[in-house]
Amino acid sequence: MTELSPPAPVVAPRSQWLDVWDQFKSHRGALMGGILFVSILALVLVGPFVYWNDAKFVPTGRDFLRLRDMRPIYTILWDSGAKMDWAYPLGTDNLGRDTLARLMFGGRVSIAVGMTAMVLALVLGTLVGVTAGYFKKLDGLLMRLTDLFLALPLLPMILVAAVLFRESLAQAIGPEGGVFVLIVCLIGITSWMPTARIVRGDVLAIKEREFVLAARSVGTTNTKMVIRHILPNVLSPIMVSATLGIATAIIAESSLSFLGFGFPPDFPTWGRLLNDSVDRMILYPERVIFPGLLISLTVLSVNYLGDGLRDALDPRIRGR
Amino acid sequence: MLTFTIRRLILAVPTLLFISLAIFLLLEFAPGDPMAQVPLTVPAEVKEKMRLALGLGEPMHIRFWKWLVQFFWIEPQVLIDYMFGTSLTEGKLRVISWQTRSPVMDIVAQRLPQTLSVVGTAYIVAILIAIPIGIYSAYKQYSWFDQLGTFVSMVGFSVPPFFSGVLVIVIFSVQLGWFPSIYDTTHKVTDWESFLYQLKQMIMPVMVLALQITAQLSRFMRASMLDNLNQDYVRTARAKGLGEYVVVMVHVLRNSMIPVVTVIALGIPSIFGGAIITEQVFKVNGIGQLLIGAIQANDLPMVQTLTFIFAVLIVLFNLIADVLYGILDPRIRYD
Repeated sequence: MTELSPPAPVVAPRSQWLDVWDQFKSHRGALMGGILFVSILALVLVGPFVYWNDAKFVPTGRDFLRLRDMRPIYTILWDSGAKMDWAYPLGTDNLGRDTLARLMFGGRVSIAVGMTAMVLALVLGTLVGVTAGYFKKLDGLLMRLTDLFLALPLLPMILVAAVLFRESLAQAIGPEGGVFVLIVCLIGITSWMPTARIVRGDVLAIKEREFVLAARSVGTTNTKMVIRHILPNVLSPIMVSATLGIATAIIAESSLSFLGFGFPPDFPTWGRLLNDSVDRMILYPERVIFPGLLISLTVLSVNYLGDGLRDALDPRIRGR
Repeated sequence: MLTFTIRRLILAVPTLLFISLAIFLLLEFAPGDPMAQVPLTVPAEVKEKMRLALGLGEPMHIRFWKWLVQFFWIEPQVLIDYMFGTSLTEGKLRVISWQTRSPVMDIVAQRLPQTLSVVGTAYIVAILIAIPIGIYSAYKQYSWFDQLGTFVSMVGFSVPPFFSGVLVIVIFSVQLGWFPSIYDTTHKVTDWESFLYQLKQMIMPVMVLALQITAQLSRFMRASMLDNLNQDYVRTARAKGLGEYVVVMVHVLRNSMIPVVTVIALGIPSIFGGAIITEQVFKVNGIGQLLIGAIQANDLPMVQTLTFIFAVLIVLFNLIADVLYGILDPRIRYD
């Protein structure tokens, strides 16, 4: 991007994305993170179709007594008398619901919330960042707004809003959909500021470059200019914020669920599963450890992915 | 520098006013009803009277103004009364909690020491751990120590405190039985035994909080050291024949600490936010737990005041960080 191209390329130039991929591959942590994230995604998305137990099935009567509080199958290694069943690899909870099925279902919700909130934050952040960077008149105003948002105590305000708006949204859209929309909006609205700042800085720099002047001199309109010339050039910081945004959104959602301000109990997410099991963690530590481990692994893999992507997308580092 | 500080202080006033308005409006427009918990058998006119008794009868702007006066004018006077034994606030109305019907600030003052002792210790421990790690990782860049440090801080970033907290409880209090899982705030340190117990119960919450802070701080320290290690003045110092210890620990370290100090100042308010979760895990009854309880009980004055206190902390420490940066770095001049 910054280097001048040689006057006449002898061999056909390599595609930019091929270079990015090569650099990305050489970052071992990023590659492992990517593989791990894809496997977690696969487990969560494909798992429920392959796995035989249903996440929502609650046994009743004698089945309930027989199926409840099952331990994971590996418990038998040190406790031969443990209550376990090969049909329930990770055991069941105190209502006899299958833990693995619930983990997969909860993962779907957690990752869906993370992705949607990230997209919302990204759209907001890019919008504010590009507008502030491109239109000088709005710059001061929008950046003061960003500063103001950064000065808000976000976690307390999210908690307050999550409680106060829950009922009315649940009535309007339904209990699960309402909470989903609420949490996604809350996380999205409170996490766009870093993206906006980065994008604004980049847009300010790009705006002064010759190709923008050239495009302007042939009569490009502002909208076309932003879409065709500015946005593609700020894509790499946006992509990096996107990956890191998923991580923060997943942590935010599970923190909310953990504090009891998230989804209703029969609609599990990883944070909610963890919260529900804390009371019984002395007898059944696995119910706490599995969802926590999944949250941590997802966030860790996404963070490594973002780290590698940052290096791969930076032409100054690439090729070194 | 003084003019800059004064200008920033004056600018902080509209920011804080705006934030307080945002918090007030959030609570105001929320559809939640403070009378929702009252039994349905209570007649409507009684409910209306209860509403008036809570001060809900007046229009919005008057209530906002009243809260502002109570928070910014009467509460400081209460503090003065308490410190000097005067009686400025005799008969004046303070911010009253709907849960307990006692002044909000009194409850906050009761809870604050618990939060401060846990969060403050965690912060100091984290700084003490992070800075040496950062220095050594930068000095031996790409060594196994540096790689390990990168990995550990990545894990520290990624493991949320509600999981690391629960994990250490499972390991250290359930399996090994070394530490108590619940932080007992009524515990008083009187002799050596009770001091040891206090240490034991503080170790887990402090370490969980410190892990997160260390992760961020050590990475920052490392980056800052790396920036400075390649500078010309380092070569000059070595060329003068100074020892390696003096070069790194005096010349480079002092310059690298400038951005790190501001990051430490900036991080303090976010730690209070993060402590909300840690307090919940270890059942520390600090202000984080107070906030959660108040939200669940629909205690709006308490929620409003606590959220605003968090906002004041953020604005205050942003200001301190800016001023510190100007004082420490002679190249930065805000004029």
